[in-house]
Amino acid sequence: MVAVSVNNLHKQFGRTQVLKGVDLHVPDGAFAVLVGPSGCGKSTLLRLLSGLETATSGEIRFGDRPVTSLAPRDRDIAMVFQSYALYPHLTVYENLAFGLRLRKEPRSIIDQRVCEVAEMLGLTPLLKRRPKALSGGQRQRVAMGRAIVRRPQVFLFDEPLSNLDAALRAQVRVEIRRRHEAMRTTSVYVTHDQVEAMTLADVMFVLNAGCVEQSGTPAEVYRHPATRFVAGFLGSPSMNFLAAHLEKRSNDTWEVVVDTQNSPPIRIVLEDYPTANLRDGLAIELGVRPHDMTLAPDPEIADLRLTAGLCELLGPEIQVHTQVAEQPFTLCLEAELNTRRGELLAVDIDHLHLFDAATGASLR
Amino acid sequence: MTESNARSSSALESILAHAVILLAVGFALYPILWVVSLALSGTSDPSPQVLPLPQEPTLSNLREVAWTSQTVDGAEVWLFGHQLLNSVVVSLATAMVGIAIATPAAYALARFEFVGKSAGLRTLLATQMFPAVASAIPLYILLDALGLLNSRTGLILCYATTTVPFCIFQLRGAFETIPVDLEEAAMVDGATRFGAFVRVVLPAARPAIAVTGLFAFMHAYNEFILAATLLSREDMFTLPVVLQRFIGEYNAQWELFAAGSLIVSIPVMALFYVVQRHLVAGLTAGGVKG
Repeated sequence: MVAVSVNNLHKQFGRTQVLKGVDLHVPDGAFAVLVGPSGCGKSTLLRLLSGLETATSGEIRFGDRPVTSLAPRDRDIAMVFQSYALYPHLTVYENLAFGLRLRKEPRSIIDQRVCEVAEMLGLTPLLKRRPKALSGGQRQRVAMGRAIVRRPQVFLFDEPLSNLDAALRAQVRVEIRRRHEAMRTTSVYVTHDQVEAMTLADVMFVLNAGCVEQSGTPAEVYRHPATRFVAGFLGSPSMNFLAAHLEKRSNDTWEVVVDTQNSPPIRIVLEDYPTANLRDGLAIELGVRPHDMTLAPDPEIADLRLTAGLCELLGPEIQVHTQVAEQPFTLCLEAELNTRRGELLAVDIDHLHLFDAATGASLR
Repeated sequence: MTESNARSSSALESILAHAVILLAVGFALYPILWVVSLALSGTSDPSPQVLPLPQEPTLSNLREVAWTSQTVDGAEVWLFGHQLLNSVVVSLATAMVGIAIATPAAYALARFEFVGKSAGLRTLLATQMFPAVASAIPLYILLDALGLLNSRTGLILCYATTTVPFCIFQLRGAFETIPVDLEEAAMVDGATRFGAFVRVVLPAARPAIAVTGLFAFMHAYNEFILAATLLSREDMFTLPVVLQRFIGEYNAQWELFAAGSLIVSIPVMALFYVVQRHLVAGLTAGGVKG
């Protein structure tokens, strides 16, 4: 097991700059998740780590060993592909043994390790089958087994769950996390699915347009998004954003003022928010997660007053779609409240985020 | 609809389907049965009959075609055997040369970007636009200069010139359908690019290679014009040239022609039988999701 470090990594395809100076550090034995929207460069970054693409500039190190210019086979990695990439002409046993045979391991060792992994993943009854005779979930397990059997220094996962149905995906996700906790092999996992990212990661890297926008534990990144992009990308339903500006009151308190067209502006007094980056009159975006609001005990002094629009019951909660200051706004309330369309709601904001409207950076 | 109605209608459908299939098979086989009948007939009258049954059945036509011999350098040789061997050797060698050159070329064209790729492809395509007869005279002159007229090597070289571009096009299409992920997985597993090609791509492309090889073989096996132009010694003839000799200007020996056709078909049928297990479509199915 080794730590994975990437320093100032650039990758260009023709004139298209896909990675623009990526830095990241995955500690030894950690499970890192690269997450971001389509086209953000996360798969390219993984391919650079695997050696399937070569970097335009920058450096990749596995532990103390620079691997930037090494071929994939010399990096001691194993990769699980989105498509599984099982060898169609080989049986499950031969698929698992492929890498070991290439490394000319003795037959007895190959046999022992393949059987061990097959047993671990429940593949023993399938060892003589070809990939075409397996279900999606079984193929996925073979792909995982092929990676595990090699005992590499680093595991790379390229959206390995995206071809599974929802129920199986959740099951395999837990399985991956469990295996990682047992083996503690440094892993880098690419996904666009934020649930996978949040649940699997020890450390998470949010990528946007070829740059790492923020890194940290899932809890840190979720609770304290560094930019408007990260705030909007993580969380379901997405964070609500309202265009606003800051006003400093005479008694040294700060107010977020959301201008509306047909009614008086909405004023929200800031409490427990660090003031170091606040400037009077600064144009900002106010961010509020749908789950960070509760019904106000006293409607007279509530932060927001709004009329419920479409209400969707999702089991334990109701998603209420409405508008605030002529902008779409969603909030999640407890299902017991039985909120109906047209109902007048007075809500308090328990936790808010402020972003500089010009740069998108958090003001915290 | 009641159950018995449904059953009788599906039985009717089945009978109808079988009738149509039988008709199609009959349509395809009828001329062949007619050739078989003619080959086994004791008369040389090719006048058409409704039922292709041999008149005065005999094996003498087959014997006459197959047991020809010739004295070469004072020794008696089995001429037809020699000619059959010519055909088989030339066709097999053409297929092997075609596949050997086309496989790496097609892989490169399918996987890599390089200067001159599209121009090269267009040029290859252009070579396919001309009929073989257009190059017969230059090829004759070339082979004459190289001392390869009346030789199997000369004929193989000529056939390869048309077979290689065809094989490249066929195999390039096949390689493009094989997911790149498979090779990449092999490279991550410890293979070199060449190792991934040999261990993963080639086995996955086996059906396509088998079909392409078969086509190349058939092309060489059936080719007449170049063979007739470049070969003048009877012991170097390939089978199409041999067959053509039964149809003279004044005298057509149809029964010998038919018998020859039957014998000529045997190696091809044998080859199809051997290759058919490689023709299983969808060998790559299940390798990658989707």
